[in-house]
This record gives sequence, C-alpha cells and structure tokens, in this order.
Amino acid sequence: MSDIRQILEKRILVLDGAMGTMLQQYNFTEEDFRGERFKDFPSPLKGNNDLLSLTQPKAIAEVHAKYFEAGADIVETNTFSGTTIGMADYNMEHLAYELNYESAKIAKQVADEFTAKEPHKPRFVAGSIGPTNRTASMSPDVNDPGYRAVTFDELRIAYKEQVEGLLDGGSDILLVETIFDTLNAKAALFAIEEVKAERNIDVPIMVSGTITDASGRTLSGQTAEAFLISVSHIPLLSVGFNCALGANLLQPHLEAIASKTDFAISAHPNAGLPNAFGEYDETPEEMAAQIEEYLKKDLINIIGGCCGTSPAHIKAIAEVAAKYEPRSVVGV
Amino acid sequence: MGSNNTKYEISNTKHQKHMMLSGLEPLIITPESNFINVGERTNVAGSRKFLRLVKEEKFDEALDIARHQVDGGAQIIDINMDDGLIDGKQAMVRFLNLIAAEPDISRVPIMIDSSKWEIIEAGLQVVQGKCVVNSISLKEGEEKFIWEATQIKRYGAAVIVMAFDEVGQADTYERRIEIAERSYKILVDIVHFPPEDIIFDLNIFPVATGMEEHRKNAIDFIESTRWVRENLPHVSVSGGVSNVSFSFRGNNVVREAMHSVFLYHAIKAGMNMGIVNPTMLEVYDDIPKDLLEHVEDVVLDRRDDATERLLEFAETVKGQKKEDNTTALEWRNQPLQERITHALVKGIDTFIVEDAEEARLSVERPLQVIEGHLMTGMNVVGDLFGDGKMFLPQVVKSARVMKKAVAYLNPFIEAEKSEEQKALGKVLMATVKGDVHDIGKNIVSVVLGCNNYEIVDLGVMVPPEKIIETAKKENVDAIGLSGLITPSLDEMVYLAKEMERQDFSVPLLIGGATTSKAHTAVKIDPEYKNAVVHVNDASRAVTVVGDLLNKEKSNLYVAKLKKEYEEFREKFLKRGKTKSYISIEEARKRKFLIDWNNTEIVKPKALGIQELKQISLKELVPFIDWSPFFRSWDLHGKYPNILEDDVVGEQATHLYEDAQKMLATIIAKQQLTPKAIFGLFEANTINDDDISISKKGEEIAVFRTLRQQLQKREGKPSFALADFVAPKSSNLTDYMGTFCVSVFGADELAQSYKDREDDYSAIMVQALADRFAEAFAEYLHKEVRTKHWGYAPNEDLSNEELIKESYKGIRPAPGYPACPDHLEKETIWDLLNVEESIGVKLTESLAMWPAASVSGYYFANQESKYFGLGKITDDQVEDFAKRKEITKDKARKWLHPSIAVN
Repeated sequence: MSDIRQILEKRILVLDGAMGTMLQQYNFTEEDFRGERFKDFPSPLKGNNDLLSLTQPKAIAEVHAKYFEAGADIVETNTFSGTTIGMADYNMEHLAYELNYESAKIAKQVADEFTAKEPHKPRFVAGSIGPTNRTASMSPDVNDPGYRAVTFDELRIAYKEQVEGLLDGGSDILLVETIFDTLNAKAALFAIEEVKAERNIDVPIMVSGTITDASGRTLSGQTAEAFLISVSHIPLLSVGFNCALGANLLQPHLEAIASKTDFAISAHPNAGLPNAFGEYDETPEEMAAQIEEYLKKDLINIIGGCCGTSPAHIKAIAEVAAKYEPRSVVGV
Repeated sequence: MGSNNTKYEISNTKHQKHMMLSGLEPLIITPESNFINVGERTNVAGSRKFLRLVKEEKFDEALDIARHQVDGGAQIIDINMDDGLIDGKQAMVRFLNLIAAEPDISRVPIMIDSSKWEIIEAGLQVVQGKCVVNSISLKEGEEKFIWEATQIKRYGAAVIVMAFDEVGQADTYERRIEIAERSYKILVDIVHFPPEDIIFDLNIFPVATGMEEHRKNAIDFIESTRWVRENLPHVSVSGGVSNVSFSFRGNNVVREAMHSVFLYHAIKAGMNMGIVNPTMLEVYDDIPKDLLEHVEDVVLDRRDDATERLLEFAETVKGQKKEDNTTALEWRNQPLQERITHALVKGIDTFIVEDAEEARLSVERPLQVIEGHLMTGMNVVGDLFGDGKMFLPQVVKSARVMKKAVAYLNPFIEAEKSEEQKALGKVLMATVKGDVHDIGKNIVSVVLGCNNYEIVDLGVMVPPEKIIETAKKENVDAIGLSGLITPSLDEMVYLAKEMERQDFSVPLLIGGATTSKAHTAVKIDPEYKNAVVHVNDASRAVTVVGDLLNKEKSNLYVAKLKKEYEEFREKFLKRGKTKSYISIEEARKRKFLIDWNNTEIVKPKALGIQELKQISLKELVPFIDWSPFFRSWDLHGKYPNILEDDVVGEQATHLYEDAQKMLATIIAKQQLTPKAIFGLFEANTINDDDISISKKGEEIAVFRTLRQQLQKREGKPSFALADFVAPKSSNLTDYMGTFCVSVFGADELAQSYKDREDDYSAIMVQALADRFAEAFAEYLHKEVRTKHWGYAPNEDLSNEELIKESYKGIRPAPGYPACPDHLEKETIWDLLNVEESIGVKLTESLAMWPAASVSGYYFANQESKYFGLGKITDDQVEDFAKRKEITKDKARKWLHPSIAVN
C-alpha cells in the first residue's frame, strides 16, 4: 500500500458517497436479505444493510466499484452498524466480527482491482465505524438525566471487536464517523489505541463528527471546536464532519476547525437537507458547486458524500476536487 | 540542576502547544490567558455542605453548587468525592452524568479529583470533553505513574502531577524541581505525553505557623514555579491557594490579604491556574499599606520576626461582623391581626400558617378566620390597590399568602361541615375557543379571587357550548371572556349571541389584548340585551364586578352602561364614515416602488430549512425586551427607567428581582425548552400582491399579502408586503424567509405552581415564557441577518437598538398590523413543516400552541419597513378570496377585523 499520508500532501482525496441510497435501488426483499444462510433465522432481517455483505456480497462489491469508477480514492466498508450493540436489534450480535471482516475483504478486493488497473491512483478502504444507536453521555430517559443506556466499557469492547474485524479483513484506514456523542467516539478511539498497542501497528484514523442543526453543536452539545479538542489526543489522519447538513451549511463548522488543527480536514456532507418526504434532492452539480467554495477557501484534504449522494455526485465532486490543491497540513 | 533543557525546545508546528481543554465549549490556555480559576466548592474534602448533600444524595442541590461556581466565573470545576462514608466511584459517576445533562455547567471542562485511580478512571469514562485529572505522582513508583499516565493520554485528558515521589512530598525548592523534572522527563520521553497537557502542583504549604522550617514555604513555591516554567517547556503550574494562610483561620482580613499577596507573586513567577475562593480574595492594590508590608514580609520571608509582627498586627484588623437583621422581623412582635395584615400586604408567606393557626384557636369557628382576620387584611390590600398605593404584582403575591392560609384552614372548615364561605359572587372566566393566551385572564381571576369572588376558571380554548353549559350548571353571576388573537373577537360575538338566544341575564365581561371598547361597543354590545363591559385592566375588574353584582344599584349601573356603549357606538360609526378608501386597483397603482435594478439583493448563504433545538435559554436572555413584561403586570413604563419611576419604581424593582430569580431557576433547571425552525427561499412577487416561493425555479408556496386602501395624500404609497420582494417581471431572483420560534414547557411549569396555590409564580412563568419567545425571535432574526442569510454580516446593534428595530430588513408576523390575516400561518406551517419538525400546533382559530410562540416572515430589502394595513374594503376581500381560492365567506370571516365598516 502506498502511504496515504504522502498522497494527502499532493492532492485532495475523494471519499465515496452513500451506501444506503445505492442499496435501495436493488429493492431487496426479506428473502434477499436472508439469503440461503439465514433463511430460517427466527427474526426479520430486512433493513439490516450490514448483513448484505454476507448475503448479497455482489451488490456491495458493485456499489464500491461504482464509486471507484466515479473517481473515489477511498470507499467505506458496509459496516456502519457493525457492532454487537448495533446488531442487537436483529439478534445478530454473534456476527459482528464476521460482518466487519467480510465487508472489509469485499471492499479491499475491489480496491485492489482498481489499483492494479490504475497504479498511479491507488485505492483505499476505510473501515466504517458508526456511532451505534446508543449514547454514552446522554440519557434516553427524560425523567432520569443521570441514566445511561450504554457505558464506555460496553462501547469500548464492542468497538474493539469491530476494529479487529475491519483490520483483519484488510482495511487501510479506520473511519470513526457520524459522531453525535463525542464520548462514543472516545470509546472507539480508546479501542483502536488498544488494538494498535497490542498488535504493535500503526493505522491511519479518520474522525468525523456530526453537527445536528443550525445551533452549530453536536447532538451531545459540543461546539465544533470543543469537539475537535476532545478527539485531538489521538494522532489522527484527519478530522472533519459528515451527515445531517448539506455542503453549504457545513462550511462554517469546517472553517471553525480548519484553522485550529494540524490534522487533515475531511467532509462528507449530505446532498442538501431532506425535503418533506425525507428525500435528498440536491443535484451533483449543485453539490459540487458548493464544495468548490470549500476548495477555494483551502479548507479540505478529503472530500466525499453522505446521505443522498450517488456515484454521479462523487464524480462531480472528484472533478472539481482535481482542480484544486489540498489544504496544506503540517502535522500529518 | 535542570541545565540540560535544550531537548525540550519548542518544535515548529503550525499551531503552538497550548493546553486545550473542553466541556461543551473550548478552553484554551495561552501565555496571554489570565489566571485560570478552578472552582473548588464541589469537593467533599473542601466543602462541608457539598459533602452533606452528596451523602444525603441531594444531587439537585449539589448541582446548584456546581452551577453557582460556573456562573461565578470558574473556568474549570474540580470534583472530588473522596470520603470514607460515601461510595466515591458511584458518586463521581452519578454526579458527572447529571452534570452532562446541564449545559450551563458542562460548558466548562471538568477536573476529576481523587487519590484513587479507580475513581479517576470511572470519571474519565463518563465525560465527553477533555478533562484534567487531579492528580498522579511518583509516590508509588515509576511503573504505576507510567501506566496511569498512559491511560490518561488514551482517555484524552490533561493531568496534574503532584510534587511527590517515593521519598515523600516535596517541601523545599530543590525537592520540588527535582521531582518536577523527573516527572516531566518520564511523561514526555517515555509516555509521550503532550507537555502542554502537564500541570504541576508544587505544593502550597502554610506560612507563619511559628515553625522555623515553614518560613520558606511560600517563597520556595514561588521560586520553584519560576524554575519549572522556565525549564520545562509548555507546562502549567497550579495549586490550592488557601493553604498558605492556614494559620490565620478566623481572621479573614489577614487571610484575604495573604491570598492576594501570594497570588500576586506566584502569578508573576508563572503560576497560571489554581484553586482560589474568589470571596476570600482582597484586591492587591486595596490592601492597606501597613498590612501589605507585614504580609509580604511573611510570604516572601523578608524578616526573621515577620511572623510575630504579623500575628501582633493581625489582632488589630480582625474583621467586623455584619449587622444582623433582626429589625427586619420586628413586625412579628405586633398583635395577631396586625401580623396577618402585614403578611398579606407585604406578601410574606413565611409565618402565615402559624398565624392562621393562632387565629383559629382564638375564634369559635375556623371560617371566622377567613371572614375576620384574613378578609380584614385583604380589605386593606384592596383599599391600597384601589388608591394606587399597591400594584398588581403585590396583589397577586397577597393572594398567594391568602391562598396558603385558606388551604391550611380548609380541612378544619370541612371537618366542621359548615356551610361554604359565602362569596360575593361567582364569576366564570374563560379564554375563548381557538385561543391559548391566558395571562391577563389569570391575573383578573386572581384579583377577583382575592376580593372574595368565587372563580370558575375554564382555562384556554374553551368552546362556547362549554361556557354556556357551565354558566348554567354553576349558576354564575358573571361571565368573563378573554382572547388575544383577532379571530377571538368573533368568538366573543358568537357567545354574546348565544347568551341572548338562551335568555341569559348575567353580565358579560370582555378582556384581552385585541379587544377594545370600540369592538365591544360596536360588535358585542348590540347582540346582548344585558350588560357587556370591556375591562382591560385588573384593577378596574374589581369595581366593575362590584357594581354589576350590587343588588341595589346594579339595574341603574347596567342601564348607564348600555347607554354609554350605545353613544360610543354611534360616535364611532360616524367617525368610521369620515374615512375614505380607494379601490384595490387604484391602491396597486400606488404601490411602494423599489428600484430593483439599483437595490442590493443578497442571496442567502444557505437556502432551505433549518432547525434550532439546542439553543440554551441563557443565550436568549440578553435579547429580552423587559418593557412588555412590566406591561403584562399593569405596570406601565419603559425598562430600565421604570425601575426608577416615582410611582411604580419600587414595585417594578421588586417584580424585576422576582423575575430574575425565577429566570435563574428556569435556566438552571432547564424548565423551558426553546425550539425554532426557519427557511430561506427564492421568492418573487406575482400578480402585484402575492409572493411566489420557489425552489430551483419551481413554485412551492404562495403567500398572499394585503394592501393598504385608506385614502392618503398624493405621492404617499399604499403598502403591501409584496412590495418588498422583486417582481417576477424584473427577471431578478429575490429571496424571503419564514420562521417559527417557540418556548415549550411553560404550561406544565405554571400548572405546577398553581397546584401549589402559587398563582404569582404561575403568571410569572407565563410572562417570562412570552418574553423568551420574543427574545428568541429577536435572536434568530439577528442570526439570520448576520449568518444564515448573511445580508448584514457586520451588523453590531445593542439590545436597545434591536428593540427599536434599527436593524435592516423586517420580520412581520401574521396577525399583526402589516399582515393581520392569520390564514397565512397555514402556508408557513406547510412550507416549513412546522408541526412535525418542532411540534408547534395551530388551533382552529390559528393561534399557536404553545402560546409562547412567534412566527412570521423575513424580508431583507433595505427599503422594507413595518407598516399597519389599516382597514380594507370589500373589493380587496373578494380579490383575496379569488387569489387564495377560498370562498368569499371564508375570506370575510378571517379578514373581518380588518374590513372597513360601511
């Protein structure tokens, strides 16, 4: 693997777009989700997108290939909910390691094919580590603000298993993303540090928070800068934001951190804000035009898309990103 | 020692190595930063009160202590649960979890303070921000030190290192710098701990203890601080300052001086953070010269006899105690009736139960206390109020005392099964169907209630059938109707008709912000043959109801009223005819013209819809306009001048103080929740008076605006809001916005006070919620102007200027003068998906629920201005119905209050 850190100094790297949006187009049925292996599984499985890495691996590989074709340098593994905590909803806790391992393997295989075809543009796999559906610093019970549905240790253990699967399957990077509670992310980072120390390896880590609305804070209440400070104890490849907002609304928060860190800056915004039907309707051209504003302001090292983005979006973004120099970074 | 410091030179990174900590907000400590003050009252070892609260698991009150410190300026709060009688780990986790739910506390970084590693680690696992660990040391050897530091680094925290090693605690200059340097080397070279995240606590020990070996305690600390800051790059130095003056416990004058002298010199030497009790600190420059000299002699160890001299001097400056305020309670020595009257007049409820009991024992039947003692007191209140010597907020407080006494006496009265207390009369009060505003109604209810009327309060949004039915069932003596929005006026007319049809004879009272004597006289009075009175302030309500229900004189009074209203009506209608109106076509020809080719149109930074659900109440406080708050209590005048007013100043000040107290509680306990949604869109005026909202060129909504039709002087334009947006024909893309802000939780909170017989606080809650909603609208408008739309990015207006609306652009609200039509709220609701997104509902009369809500439009053009529509004529109503594709009847119904009477 070429060192991604060196490439980052030379050009802006492009991350892929949404996996979920792409999978919707396959219209998978309950039977498709189950495949042969889980045909007798006692509880419903439709909607468990991570499981498709085991039951519909071709589709997953196809999506990765489409994003690489569109110009992505990095694709994310299909593991957003791949922890024992996330899988508990489907009674599939026991599959957590396997899901991560297989998902990374699928992505890595596609990446290697593209790298072989275009050696000047090596492709990378980022192991996607989602926020889980529980929060470590907020109470789900309005009557008991001191209650917590999950502890740091529970998260740390779950994340550690996910990290091991992702690394064993061949991930080049670990991407802790869609962070709405910084404490969850700190547990994930703690787990990664443990694995790094135990295996005596180094692995590039990307961290990406989520600013939930116009108040400019994460769901757990931190400002962009407080979030940055809270995750900067670990040597990161990049820090940035994704999801919840479209490219234009994300800009002030990127500006807030870009001048305050030596890490690379990443962004993968949504295709605008959802309309009344929950759909994203920002076109590739519109989104790319907004992202060009980031590039003009020298804010970005890694750029991609989140909810509602497609290969067409990534293609448009990659084209505009190719025209600009990356933000200069000292600390990478 | 310490000569080999070259390897710790500052490396060349883009960003300087400053200690950066975080709560919900960042705290960055740079060489330019002032001394960082660490709050220490949330430490069981340092605060008896905090220890007791934690032991008793009174965490709510324990949180108040933390909040107090943050409000008082602590930039970090130290939390320590090390006590033999509490489960320190559990208490630490519980307290930190609770703090996380309090944004006003958790905005600052936390210092997790314990001598037990398991408590420190448990703390690190529940805080999302970057903390400080207090502390680790070489006390138990390098291995443990390295392991703990490695873990702390992995959790992402800064660390305080005590000057303590295997041998013991450093108590000399040499030992301090020896341990500091050794700790630093291990941390930086072996653990790779960021040096900027290291804080040394170099042990502050007492001076002037009389022991020879303690003489250099302060100066050694100061000098070793200087060495550490010069030789160990990027680190900070901290310490607990109060230790230094330990031997002068009981003499605060000397202690405060010692603290400031010590800090003055330690800060100069490089101590940049520490635990200091701000109330135990004298200003260095304010220390008397002689005291200063004696204290500096001790702290800096300048004389052999420094301690003796200070001890001697200290005797002469022992602090004086504050005067006690027993005089304030002198009234308690007066006779019973005087005490009860005093309590009622002053609104003091502390002793009222005790006094009521004494009164009960002195009479034959408990009812006599109410009829005798309490009514005597309330009569005094009533007289003072009538004479303008007491003001509404005081009367409401008196009512609270009265209620408390009555609540105490009731069980005794029940037990006696005596007949009910004979009220002067029974009054039904209701806010009409579709309307949610009830502050005014509540105030009138309370005032009537404490004048011995029985109140049947049906609350808000009361359908007419229920009012009629209850009035019959309860056999009430009068009905009071309230409403704030214009559609409520029609509800009142309808109710008057129903009362007439069903042959009612009780008087009808009309009140509320949009009601007027004119409306009452013209629209309501003719529909009901019995008395109809417009009563818009609480003080008049008592006399009016008194006159209406007075058996001897009421007939005469009613006849007089009817005549007065009839005359008023005739005069008013005549006056109405003198005004003339132009046709809508003519008015359109006279529209307000903006030179669209030469005006500035700014494209919003972000088009589309955004929500704000995480705004803290505290951020809204500076935007509060207090004048209307006083108005809601019938105190008239502009804030802040009203506080100094000759007549109402004292009362206004009391009210304001109570409001501030409640405000602080509401903020601290997050009892109200502000939420907002707004959208910025492409917009163009079409067909003269409509504004087409579009997304990427496709129309997604149309706002209908109304145009002034009153005949004006030649050259004066006839305004419509549509004039402020570029017409489609200009081929320019213009923009407008819409918004809704709301404050949730006021009803529940007010009810909780009502349940405790505390109407004063209940009304206060509602009044404050309304102020918060308005403040939120002001805040959001500013955010929109400067950020989200960004057409006035450099605006810098004071709150006063905001209240005066000196900003560029306007935010008119449907239902208010520029656009009195409430129907357009439905369009806003559809466009922004308001109800589903933030939960604000529209009633059938298009009032917003919760009541503390504001919705409206944003216009950015610099020539846009607020105006009043005035009356319009039938041709516009017809045209409006056609444009909006609704029936003429529906249009007439909603525009009714704006239609000129012909």
